[in-house]
Amino acid sequence: MATYLEFIQQNEERDGVRFSWNVWPSSRLEATRMVVPLACLLTPLKERLDLPPVQYEPVLCSRPTCKAVLNPLCQVDYRAKLWACNFCFQRNQFPPAYAGISEVNQPAELMPQFSTIEYIVQRGPQTPLIFLYVVDTCLEEEDLQALKESLQMSLSLLPADALVGLITFGRMVQVHELSCEGISKSYVFRGTKDLTAKQIQDMLGLSKPAVPIQQGRPLQTPEQPVISSRFLQPVHKIDMNLTDLLGELQRDPWPVTQGNRPLRSTGVALSIAVGLLEGTFPNTGARIMLFTGGPPTQGPGMVVGDELKTPIRSWHDIEKDNARFMKKATKHYETLANRTAANGHCIDIYACALDQTGLLEMKCCANLTGGHMVMGDSFNTSLFKQTFQRVFNKGFNGEFRMAFGASLDVKTSRELKIAGAIGPCVSLNVKGPCVSENELGIGGTSQWKICSLDPSTTLAIYFEVVNQHNAPIPQGGRGAVQFVTQYQHSSTQKRIRVTTIARNWADAQSQLQHIEAAFDQEAAAVLMARLGVYRAESEEGPDVLRWLDRQLIRLCQKFGQYNKDDPNSFRLSESFSLYPQFMFHLRRSPFLQVFNNSPDESSYYRHHFARQDLTQSLIMIQPILYAYSFHGPPEPVLLDSSSILPDRILLMDTFFQIVIYLGETIAQWQKAGYQDMPEYENFKHLLQAPLDDAQEILQTRFPMPRYIHTEHGGSQARFLLSKVNPSQTHNNLYAWGQESGAPILTDDVSLQVFMDHLKKLAVSSAS
Amino acid sequence: GPSSYPPTTGAPRPPTMPGPPLPGQTVAGPPVSQPNHVSSPPPPSTMSGPHPGPPMSGLHGPPPPPTHPPQPGYQMQQNGSFGQVRGPQPNYGGAYPGTPNYGSQPGPPPPPKRLDPDSIPSPIQVIEDDRSNRGSEPFVTGVRGQVPPLVTTNFLVKDQGNASPRYIRCTSYNIPCTSDMAKQSQVPLAAVIKPLATLPPEETLPYLVDHGESGPVRCNRCKAYMCPFMQFIEGGRRFQCCFCSCVTEVPPHYFQHLDHTGKRVDFYDRPELSLGSYEFLATVDYCKNNKFPSPPAFIFMIDVSYNAMKSGLVRLICEELKSLLDYLPREGNMEESAIRVGFVTYNKVLHFYNVKSSLAQPQMMVVSDVADMFVPLLDGFLVNVNESRTVIASLLDQIPEMFADTRETETVFAPVIQAGLEALKAAECAGKLFIFHTSLPVAEAPGKLKNRDDKKLINTDKEKTLFQPQTSFYNNLAKDCVAQGCCVDLFLFPNQYLDVATLGVVTYQTGGSIYKYAYFQLETDQDRFLNDLRRDVQKEVGFDAVMRVRTSTGIRATDFFGAFYMSNTTDVEMAGLDCDKTITVEFKHDDKLSEDSGALLQCALLYTSCAGQRRLRIHNLSLNCCTQLADLYRNCETDTLINYLAKYAYRGVLSSPVKTVRDALINQCAQILACYRKNCASPSSAGQLILPECMKLLPVYLNCVLKSDVLQPGPEVTTDDRAYIRQLVTSMDVAETNVFFYPRLLPLTKADVDSDSLPAAIRNSEERLSKGDIYLLENGLNIFVWVGVNVQQGLIQNLFGVSSFSQISNALSTLPVLENPFSKKVRSIVDMLQVQRSRYMKLIIVKQEDKLEMLFKHFLVEDKSLSGGASYVDFLCHMHKEIRQLLS
Repeated sequence: MATYLEFIQQNEERDGVRFSWNVWPSSRLEATRMVVPLACLLTPLKERLDLPPVQYEPVLCSRPTCKAVLNPLCQVDYRAKLWACNFCFQRNQFPPAYAGISEVNQPAELMPQFSTIEYIVQRGPQTPLIFLYVVDTCLEEEDLQALKESLQMSLSLLPADALVGLITFGRMVQVHELSCEGISKSYVFRGTKDLTAKQIQDMLGLSKPAVPIQQGRPLQTPEQPVISSRFLQPVHKIDMNLTDLLGELQRDPWPVTQGNRPLRSTGVALSIAVGLLEGTFPNTGARIMLFTGGPPTQGPGMVVGDELKTPIRSWHDIEKDNARFMKKATKHYETLANRTAANGHCIDIYACALDQTGLLEMKCCANLTGGHMVMGDSFNTSLFKQTFQRVFNKGFNGEFRMAFGASLDVKTSRELKIAGAIGPCVSLNVKGPCVSENELGIGGTSQWKICSLDPSTTLAIYFEVVNQHNAPIPQGGRGAVQFVTQYQHSSTQKRIRVTTIARNWADAQSQLQHIEAAFDQEAAAVLMARLGVYRAESEEGPDVLRWLDRQLIRLCQKFGQYNKDDPNSFRLSESFSLYPQFMFHLRRSPFLQVFNNSPDESSYYRHHFARQDLTQSLIMIQPILYAYSFHGPPEPVLLDSSSILPDRILLMDTFFQIVIYLGETIAQWQKAGYQDMPEYENFKHLLQAPLDDAQEILQTRFPMPRYIHTEHGGSQARFLLSKVNPSQTHNNLYAWGQESGAPILTDDVSLQVFMDHLKKLAVSSAS
Repeated sequence: GPSSYPPTTGAPRPPTMPGPPLPGQTVAGPPVSQPNHVSSPPPPSTMSGPHPGPPMSGLHGPPPPPTHPPQPGYQMQQNGSFGQVRGPQPNYGGAYPGTPNYGSQPGPPPPPKRLDPDSIPSPIQVIEDDRSNRGSEPFVTGVRGQVPPLVTTNFLVKDQGNASPRYIRCTSYNIPCTSDMAKQSQVPLAAVIKPLATLPPEETLPYLVDHGESGPVRCNRCKAYMCPFMQFIEGGRRFQCCFCSCVTEVPPHYFQHLDHTGKRVDFYDRPELSLGSYEFLATVDYCKNNKFPSPPAFIFMIDVSYNAMKSGLVRLICEELKSLLDYLPREGNMEESAIRVGFVTYNKVLHFYNVKSSLAQPQMMVVSDVADMFVPLLDGFLVNVNESRTVIASLLDQIPEMFADTRETETVFAPVIQAGLEALKAAECAGKLFIFHTSLPVAEAPGKLKNRDDKKLINTDKEKTLFQPQTSFYNNLAKDCVAQGCCVDLFLFPNQYLDVATLGVVTYQTGGSIYKYAYFQLETDQDRFLNDLRRDVQKEVGFDAVMRVRTSTGIRATDFFGAFYMSNTTDVEMAGLDCDKTITVEFKHDDKLSEDSGALLQCALLYTSCAGQRRLRIHNLSLNCCTQLADLYRNCETDTLINYLAKYAYRGVLSSPVKTVRDALINQCAQILACYRKNCASPSSAGQLILPECMKLLPVYLNCVLKSDVLQPGPEVTTDDRAYIRQLVTSMDVAETNVFFYPRLLPLTKADVDSDSLPAAIRNSEERLSKGDIYLLENGLNIFVWVGVNVQQGLIQNLFGVSSFSQISNALSTLPVLENPFSKKVRSIVDMLQVQRSRYMKLIIVKQEDKLEMLFKHFLVEDKSLSGGASYVDFLCHMHKEIRQLLS
């Protein structure tokens, strides 16, 4: 094995796991002193082209409290046909089908390269995927038209046997029946009245009629649920019908008086969608896709009144406890989200409007169910259109990149316990011996439900080392964790993916350098960031920042090399070198700073941060900046104001935005039209290069980023200027005395100042 | 002496009816009755002889001939029994099984001897006399206090300052000056008003008067509208109100000089000065929310539950609507109707339809939240028929298909009305709901009903509950409907009890109509239903109406009967008022009247026309006042009196035991007649029954009312029937109550096939029927064709197309179309009768001695009825006894 970097990369590629620490401190006490918790980022369904699923059931440990899956770390007695569980040490008989195993005839799950393996199992009837469109009709004509087209287009992207349904809403909520010929039929509900699931099912005629029990005649239909699917029909049967229906969809006809918002019943619409699926298809993969063009303005879940003179709540209002609908609305959507999660369904929110739409209140719907959240200015933008289309993207193997109804079961060896998880999941409340009492994120359980996930969905899972200091681990002992993910594949198959990993223990007192070298600062940064963002949802912003700072300082104190009270002597080893910079940018990120962001935007950013994989998360924390110039090939440059030069084109990727920025000179050249002159073709190429690169990112990213093309002095340049490290500001410009770079008008501290403070605090003997 | 009427001189002398009642006759209660009985012709109150009162200006022809040839009518027999004993009719079976008796107690066997029925006042005779005396000349309304011809007489009306009797009829055209007199006589003072009555083509519709922006000229104090009785003074600068005497300035734009007689010189140019009936164009002040109304809307709401689908009803309605929608009421010469239409179907949920013209297909919107009804769409629910023609046609084609396989048997009802109401609210207009409903609404919803039918309650103190709604929910709903101008017409198709008393509340209080087709079968009932539907949809109707009756000082309107809602004591509110609806208004004295000035009525109806125009229709009527009771009795109209009494009694059953109501009716009539006998009749033997000429039919008609299904139900009459009839009668005009209580019986075999005329009617008694003849009986709801067992084969062949009596099918609901003079004549008679009535009558073929005959005999109202109703003769004796008791 070469370096830890390679090790980390290999592990990530094979298992979809990145640990903060790759050598584990062997006692609870030492582990706490490491500051960054032992944790990992897990991408349960990481795309593995080289992993053909096996078509049999996994073999489970027979101990009822364990049930770990047979894996390469288990000791096998081939002669006795026994295997020992590496988690609980139970000795298990192989099942009869394994009678022929031997050292040379091993089943796949025992081979080391199958530390991650996927099983296809036969469980219950297969039901097709379900897509329930919930469409706001209080839109401008142009927006509605664009949305209708997108929806019509999407029908061709759905799996042919998928069931599809349509609910539209405005002042009222309409559930469209799709089975009828000729006349189009819909059930209409008041937008102001909350209904229980039972009421909804009764009103939609979904309740099974009370069959009069006839004497002497046994009930014939044995558990063959005759589900009324008038509202959910196979797409191949009704795509023409639905296309027409969508085509005829009109804007909400109820008059909106001057100075008022349209009455929009999002809360009831969602409630009905949830109730409909709850009654008809519980525990099978289903997406409720909410398309909304404005805030809910009436009924349960209303976020703002319909008078325009009252603006929708801002962070300021929330801090002043002035958002009168927020708590009630949040509660409404939380109840819905929890019900949805319990049913194994998910809710996507596609919110396109210039003003806020209530994502703050509704965020739990997507967050708890693994649904998507997309925010745009209008449905008539490529941002929405492309993003929506990408929901139905297929992976390399031609399968939809979506899975449903997953449960993640984590098993640990005895020295570890599970503290919690952060990601698009809900707790399944499975308490077991390996569940820690200290919670980080969603804790108190060893299993979580992820109602919807895709190959990049990533959870942060936090552990606690519980081995006592005085109970040394045997030499060469390894800690192990097993992740068992059961899910409904997009092909509707039931599958189980099992990943079993092991890491070495090390005594932090004697072998700290081993632990230090095996530190994954990228993973650690993301894991700490998730904790920070998770806290920010419930705590005051400054408290979270202080907590983050303290953790950073402690980490530097622990792992830095310095002489006491001598900041200049401070050094960090290579495996920690980038970490403070990540923290610097994290502090400035929209995940923790709400200034200049609406509550909806904050919710949107946080939503994505809590589910993306490590690479994307790092981009979000610290955007990437590329420079294009005549001085050489395109190169990554520092995210720093000094990188902004007149003869450069910059390309910045913040995950949410792609910014192309033309330096002052470049912009002047472009205005002069040099690119159109044959003799300046090289300039044309220079202009084109970042566009091509941007396209590549735009093509693959989900959700599609906002694409900003700007130049020196342009109003949109603010997107770049707000992200770069303000090394030059109006305060220090002359002090620096260099002519390169662009000053930023800000009072924010620069990385340099931040680092200076950090060093000072880290080496201070006072703390 | 015999035949003491009509007298030749002086006050008309009453017929006399001597003799004490039958010995041993217990008179425990009023006589009994039969279902659906309508009595026919009211007596023409011919003014026999000159009047001592105000001059009658020779409006009628020669004095009427004696109504009866001298015969031993009403003569008392020595032994105290009436008339001569008549044997059973030859060729006819014996008496009905079961002996009728008065009241509820079993009576003694019928008296061995009976009064000769020919000798007692005959409705047929009275009707015939009035026809011949008054049918030939127009009735000119210029003179105060004129009694119009009977409702059974065809006559033309010329409006010369008083409203036509087609609009207003009074119980008396000469009112006692004092309340003491009125109390003494017990004659109710009432007017039966039909504000939007249809006129024959020869008569002119009320003119529309526009007084400009300031609106109609009115009295400053009592707000009476300008009318012919207003007195212009001071050279025309002011006018004195004929109702309250207040003097009001004439607005400058309305000023006109007076001629030497004190009349305005534009008297003949202004309908409001020269006519009894006219209309004003209302200004915005007369409109709800100070906004001119939008044109009204019609909403068709069709029950599509299992029963409605199975019977083929839904398909029938949908087919019919396709063509019927082209005949919505239009204003004047407008090319198309301004009325918009909407469609709802329902079972236990409601289905609204979007039929916007731009749609390729209609859209259905289901509302299952019936607990909290709302209208799910705004645009496209109420549409113009021409614009949305293809979408509507497509909808009407698809409705029967969509629900063809329904298994839903439960229905809701109140939410249906709420839905219609909400739709009209949303559209900010008035309108009418046409609801086609089949069953008791037992589905879980507001206004859900229980089956509470219980025939055991009949003749108990709790009987009244059968007529009362079982929940007050519908009363509140009705109030909301009236406020919006939402009129509800109800077409019921029950196969069992559906609680008409409750379901009809909203219809009743909004001025709507109920139609009931029990055990609806496509083959037999579709013609009747479709004709009713067509007429109901097409007929003239005013919306969002308020009626106020003003009177001159001395009397005032105190009580109102009809289909309407009142939120105060003076304003009669009707969400809809059609040309058939009648309101009966009772007046009481609150002061003295004077013979000089008489008494004036002004009925003002504010309504919205079918094109959405807000108007006021004004009817004025002047009556005489008298200080002599004889003048009162001489100017009464019995048909109108019966109309009032029936409505009064039918309302009474809501709060009092039926027996009490019957007793009160008998008592009042006895008092009326006793008062006459005491004060007006010439001295005669105490044993003589003397009736006022104008009221000589009062006993026979009253008996019919007492025997009617509401007041004395037969065993076959359902609770729903009674509630239905009760509500129907409440809105009837005088002609309708007349024929309803005393049906018209025509001997078809006596008809002259070569003339247009009807055969002479005969009295409603089995004795009058001959085995060898065919008869037709109609009461406004049913037509019976009765065939005697001995009818010639040729006639049977001609009328029914079969060769013998036994082959006649009594399942026929129409007469076969046969090309022979007799068939043509009979069918033309049937058609003529159908046209006269506001509802299409059900035709029933009755063969003599067939089981259906029982039903038919129920309508022979001069006979004893199975349910215990007295015969005319017996009742007359009973009345006489009552009168004698009062006098002694």
